[in-house]
Amino acid sequence: MKYDVVIIGAGVSGCAIARELSRYQLKIAVVEKEEDVCCGTSKANSGIVHAGFDAPSGSLMARLNVAGNEAMEELSRELDFSFRRNGSLVLLFDEEDRPKLEALYARGVENGVRELRIVEQEELRQLEPQVGPEAVAALYAPTGGIVCPFGLTIALAENACTNGVEFYFDSTVTDIRRKGDGWSVCTADDVFDTAFVVNAAGVYADVFHNMVSGTKLHITPRRGDYCLLDRTTEGFVKHTVFQLPGKQGKGVLVSPTVHGNTLLGPTAIDIEEKEGTNTTRQGLDELQAKAGRSVANLPMNQVITSFAGLRAHEDSGEFIIGEPEDAKGFVDCAGIESPGLSSAPAIGELVAGLIADRLHPLINENFCGSRKGILNPALLSKEERAELIRKKPAYGTMICRCEMVTEGEIVDAVTRPLGAKSLDGVKRRTRAGMGRCQSGFCSPRTMEIIARERGISMEEVTKAGGASRIICGISKDSL
Amino acid sequence: MKQYDIVIIGGGPAGLAAALAAREHGNCQVLILERDRELGGILNQCIHNGFGLHTFKEELTGPEYAARFIERVQEEKIPYALNTMVLDISAEKVITAMNREEGLFEIKARAIVLAMGCRERSRGALNIPGYRPAGIFSAGTAQRLVNMEGYLPGREVVILGSGDIGLIMARRMTLEGARVKAVAELMPYSGGLKRNIVQCLDDYGIPLKLSHTVVDIQGKERVTGVTIAQVDENRRPIPGTEEAYSCDTLLLSCGLIPENELSRGMGVEISPVTSGPVVNESLETSIPGVFACGNVLHVHDLVDFVSQEAASAGTHAAAYVKGLTEEEAAQRDPAEEQRAFPVKVQGGIRYTVPTMIRPDRMEEEQVIRFRVGDVYRNRYLSLYVNGRRLVHRKRQVMAPGEMEELKVKREQLKDCPLDTEILVTIEEES
Repeated sequence: MKYDVVIIGAGVSGCAIARELSRYQLKIAVVEKEEDVCCGTSKANSGIVHAGFDAPSGSLMARLNVAGNEAMEELSRELDFSFRRNGSLVLLFDEEDRPKLEALYARGVENGVRELRIVEQEELRQLEPQVGPEAVAALYAPTGGIVCPFGLTIALAENACTNGVEFYFDSTVTDIRRKGDGWSVCTADDVFDTAFVVNAAGVYADVFHNMVSGTKLHITPRRGDYCLLDRTTEGFVKHTVFQLPGKQGKGVLVSPTVHGNTLLGPTAIDIEEKEGTNTTRQGLDELQAKAGRSVANLPMNQVITSFAGLRAHEDSGEFIIGEPEDAKGFVDCAGIESPGLSSAPAIGELVAGLIADRLHPLINENFCGSRKGILNPALLSKEERAELIRKKPAYGTMICRCEMVTEGEIVDAVTRPLGAKSLDGVKRRTRAGMGRCQSGFCSPRTMEIIARERGISMEEVTKAGGASRIICGISKDSL
Repeated sequence: MKQYDIVIIGGGPAGLAAALAAREHGNCQVLILERDRELGGILNQCIHNGFGLHTFKEELTGPEYAARFIERVQEEKIPYALNTMVLDISAEKVITAMNREEGLFEIKARAIVLAMGCRERSRGALNIPGYRPAGIFSAGTAQRLVNMEGYLPGREVVILGSGDIGLIMARRMTLEGARVKAVAELMPYSGGLKRNIVQCLDDYGIPLKLSHTVVDIQGKERVTGVTIAQVDENRRPIPGTEEAYSCDTLLLSCGLIPENELSRGMGVEISPVTSGPVVNESLETSIPGVFACGNVLHVHDLVDFVSQEAASAGTHAAAYVKGLTEEEAAQRDPAEEQRAFPVKVQGGIRYTVPTMIRPDRMEEEQVIRFRVGDVYRNRYLSLYVNGRRLVHRKRQVMAPGEMEELKVKREQLKDCPLDTEILVTIEEES
């Protein structure tokens, strides 16, 4: 199979790059080892669009973060995903650390973050009444925002797909070889011959880079545990509340999500295992203790789930974007840890621009940059909703009672481009199963819909692809 | 907008019994709204027997017990709507609901009976660390898959929590061909009925590991094993006691939570102890004309008590709708109407339903239902009115898994002053 560009990894970076490249007349493939987009680092993170004061001035991280933040609002309208500028606060607990807070402010200003300022006790408590008693001041960034990480990634992917990008799922890249001026990218089933390879493989990006280049990269999966609180806590905090950053990153945050939950996390534990997304008791305990310092009276009895994500931390601590000297045509997009999600729109443009400069492709005249997300009937007026059910009765059947997701939305999620194949796929697209009962009531119903719409048996329905089958047979089949 | 005297939210055992009582006592126009495909609620998936010993003096299966009520609802021609989700109830008792046929619609009710039941505590709420593979089910979800849909959720099973559904599912999974390796229980006692421990675990040689919990879940795609550890008196795992179990399935039976999202939405006051509405003797919530019964009010152990409680709620709802005749109103003593006695708890009683009794509204004999917070042996359950002990009943064993009740008679509260207090407590000796 011949391509102009093969992108390894269907996370937010890979999908953003794919979508930007689809503006050109190029044959593009995205090769992903999982069954769906957004299954690695992009899936389990804080969902924060950082203002851009953290990264060292002059760094690629700083530049792409600020640019990504600025681009996010318009992109969210174009691609119909949830994004909100809720503002962020970095808390100062100890007057002794004030120079650090001031340094952060100065760095933000230098990075080009707008409207940044330090707020003192009184204003801080007006802005965010729940901050912990120890907090004395904060760095306030009104441009900080929150985004649905699945919403963003899926929107980018769907739009790329609509504009002609081909996606290969369940396809693990096993080898990358030189072929003429280009590359052969091998999976178990296919060989992709291509002029350019984009390495957007998250925690695996070092593996692929090191296959083709003598200048080695080393990525450490840095695990972060999170707790998600029920939507009953909506409004508990309004801003994303950080603590002064330490060596291991930005520390534990407490933030609202775009869907009205409250999120606590992440911890930061360096591990070896690139699939080590297990939470631990120590991690969850540490998380609660630290988050409790930022925000008083955390309603921990409202926790509905906990999870862990892996940040792709490269030893340099910087985004590594571009071609290694000794591997022309191989474009790294490695070390994309925080603020990677915030930077995604800018990363997409940067990498696509880099490739376009080399390949000089024609513009794709048919490119359509807008995409409509899954219709959420709850946002309609009563009359509109009644009319929708008259036309499409599936919108009258409630499947997920906690998040109020109807059959119509689930069918849409399964049948649209790059549609959901599994319970988790449906969950990330519609929120069915993401609520307080954690799919206890709706999973059998959602399984039926997936089986029906995809023409598979109930036994074949998985939680998240691969061997993650939900049921393993019929009653008494072994007796 | 359609109008009904009484709209009942939920067509499970509570909703059915409430509807029948409301019809019987008030000849009211009653409507039942049910979100699932059939009436009967969770009883439909409880295919084991043991239901109805109190109500029908015989042992029925869940579906049989439900059928007795469903048939009567159909005989009485009480209308019901299935596959119908209530989205919202306003404080003015306007119900917004939705289904395929009628779309989105509103109903005005004069009285409402909340009977939405409860949900199971999930793995997330339990905060069990580990991976998040397929193969982790709440016991009730597994029960639905097995009993109603005929599927086997797993072949090698560990169960966390010895609530009744967990115990029942230990037996069910065994009967369906799975191997249940252990039931772990965080507390030093089971949360389920004694008879279920005997009939579902002991009879099948399934070990019950008290004071144990799951401390890790392994498996990236499907569960491959769990680690169980003993816990100390503060319920913290004791290092060094970990035991690995290889299994493909973890079932959770770790408590039920009343589903009061609709109640909260309409502004009903919720008890932090039961997570159900705060109610008076009529099972009426903080909003007049809104009643609650069954597991949405407080989690029950036996469905018979749900039916009794729901019948009472339905009766009171009917009385609310009918109002007083002129003659009755004239006979009312205005002083009497102000008498509302709080029911307080002490000595290991967690809560009571109701929390307030108005003597002029109570039935001849008022049932006070409650649960205890620990296992008690050879203690007395006592009821005091203004410091005077009226009930003193010896109980050999009381456990948090079993609901207790005491009764107080209207006669006993007849001449009590305005500031009367009722106290329910556990006492050591006579």
